Amino acid sequence: MPTIVEKIFQSHSKDRVDPGEIIWLDLDVRTARDFGGPNVVKHLRKHYNSDYLADPQKTFFTFDLSVPAKTIKYAVNQQVCRDFAKETGTGVFDVDQGIGTHVLMEKGLVLPGSTAVGTDSHYNILGAVGAFGQGMGDTDIAFAFRAGRTWFEVPETMKITVTGQHSATARDTTFAVMRELGSKGALGKAMEYYGDAIDSLDLAGRITLASQTTEMGGIIGFIPPDKRVLDFLRERSGREANPVLADADANYVTETEIDVNGLEPLVATPPSPTSVKPVSEVGKVEIDTVFIGSCTNGRFEDIEAAARVLKGHRVKKGVTLKITPATREVWIKVIRSGVIDILMDAGGVVLTNAGCGGCAEGMCGLVGEGEIEVSTTNRNYPNKQGPGKIYLASPETAAASAILGRIATKEEVGQ
Amino acid sequence: MKPEILEGRIWLITDGEGKRLDDIDTDMIFHNRWLYITDVKEMGKYAFGNTEGWEDFPEKAKEGDILVVGRNFGAGSSRQQAVDCFRALGIQAVVGESFGAIYKRNAINSGMPLVEAPGIFESGLKSGDTVKINLRTGEITSRNVGFKARPMPSVSLDIYHAGDLFAYAEKLKG
Ligand code: SF4
Repeated sequence: MPTIVEKIFQSHSKDRVDPGEIIWLDLDVRTARDFGGPNVVKHLRKHYNSDYLADPQKTFFTFDLSVPAKTIKYAVNQQVCRDFAKETGTGVFDVDQGIGTHVLMEKGLVLPGSTAVGTDSHYNILGAVGAFGQGMGDTDIAFAFRAGRTWFEVPETMKITVTGQHSATARDTTFAVMRELGSKGALGKAMEYYGDAIDSLDLAGRITLASQTTEMGGIIGFIPPDKRVLDFLRERSGREANPVLADADANYVTETEIDVNGLEPLVATPPSPTSVKPVSEVGKVEIDTVFIGSCTNGRFEDIEAAARVLKGHRVKKGVTLKITPATREVWIKVIRSGVIDILMDAGGVVLTNAGCGGCAEGMCGLVGEGEIEVSTTNRNYPNKQGPGKIYLASPETAAASAILGRIATKEEVGQ
Repeated sequence: MKPEILEGRIWLITDGEGKRLDDIDTDMIFHNRWLYITDVKEMGKYAFGNTEGWEDFPEKAKEGDILVVGRNFGAGSSRQQAVDCFRALGIQAVVGESFGAIYKRNAINSGMPLVEAPGIFESGLKSGDTVKINLRTGEITSRNVGFKARPMPSVSLDIYHAGDLFAYAEKLKG
């Protein structure tokens, strides 16, 4: 019987949906960002005279990498996309809006069971709301813009059940899953998450977990939406939102159980997001700087959690704490809710505009030779964010580390 | 419509001892030192230029030849040149035990017939044999060997007949 990915695919395809089959898949949404977008435009202009889009209403540019443009090249490229959008009626979420996939969720443009593709390796984060999302190269996205569909090989599905309770964060639950599965544990597969440790996650926590699918080699990780997520999506989209659920006897290639009872705060030590260790075992690691943000931990809840740790403390002299909200909505909430006051009172804090921030070629949070950073981003591969060393951690651990100037848990600052 | 039954001479990609070569990555197929080349015809000269024992493949290959490759062929980066260099040489099809995911995507998008044939190295076929491949059924036959590979999915056949992914989109819009 069908799994979630098989059900979503069957409702978007006339082909027979079975693991291993390659099918044509109708798309509800397709997007390109400032990196990749200009090439998509180039392909479309090169191959076709006009009639570039199957449906402009379902097609968007989302600028999130260099916002506002920090180099001339980005400025030129973004303008290539804007001009194309004006000509064709493509939607634009411009440099003020934040991370594309997050914007899609906030604006109610994807619902459980939707299909969406874009030029972003973490597009599968949409599994957080039970939608199918997939990152692809610019050739494929150009085709998706024009044809309104793409082809895809139906993946097999793994079932992952996470049970138990702990006082650490959603990021730590995510680390526990990654420690179990490793960097290739979900290679080429879809995943479905179940268990009480998953049910208790709010949308921000689900986003954190779903954002690490790529780091485990997975195609997509679905978290079946609960009432809170469905209410959010209904309110945002103004449409009915119904979950797509697997059948009780769905066919899974593997079933994995992970116990997170009493889990302590974890970090991923360089150079891999899956080399996970308890904070208590990394020893005394002095740090230079801290970054909180990215598609993994850039929600309001993440920044608020960091602020709770920071409250009444100061960032250690000589250490900086950079914070990048995922979206404009988060950024405004940080300011209007008063969280900004806690952050500024802590000293050493830089709050940037919304976007991908410290990730990839981001506008901040890059590390120089010999620099050691604690970061809530999704990857710490060598040289990805500069030659320094990056330890991945939850926003709470990141905040505590900023206060003490070494990798530390919030308990160590008395919480 | 293009032919769905192909006929050609095969090359089994093996090491010096005739053993199947697995995990050939895109850097071995088309090394990054030639990435500056943008003319597809030029690319043929460097196909397998970084795979030990196969550096002279471009001189030996003939238009219409067929590659038979091992497991996880085309692992690694999303280098389109690793497909285009074979097209430039006139290679008709690539038959393999299995392929890297991105390589497969690139090959299908560029209309290169790609046949998944787990077990093909144990079929008794030898380099230099002439085979017939039925893309739709997956049957691969030579004078004395019959082998059943996976049929090419209809999506890949659609794109192959159109020429490439962009040409297929053109047809969609009529
Ligand atoms: S934060 Fe990084 S991983 Fe996430 S969408 Fe942006 S560039 Fe991609």
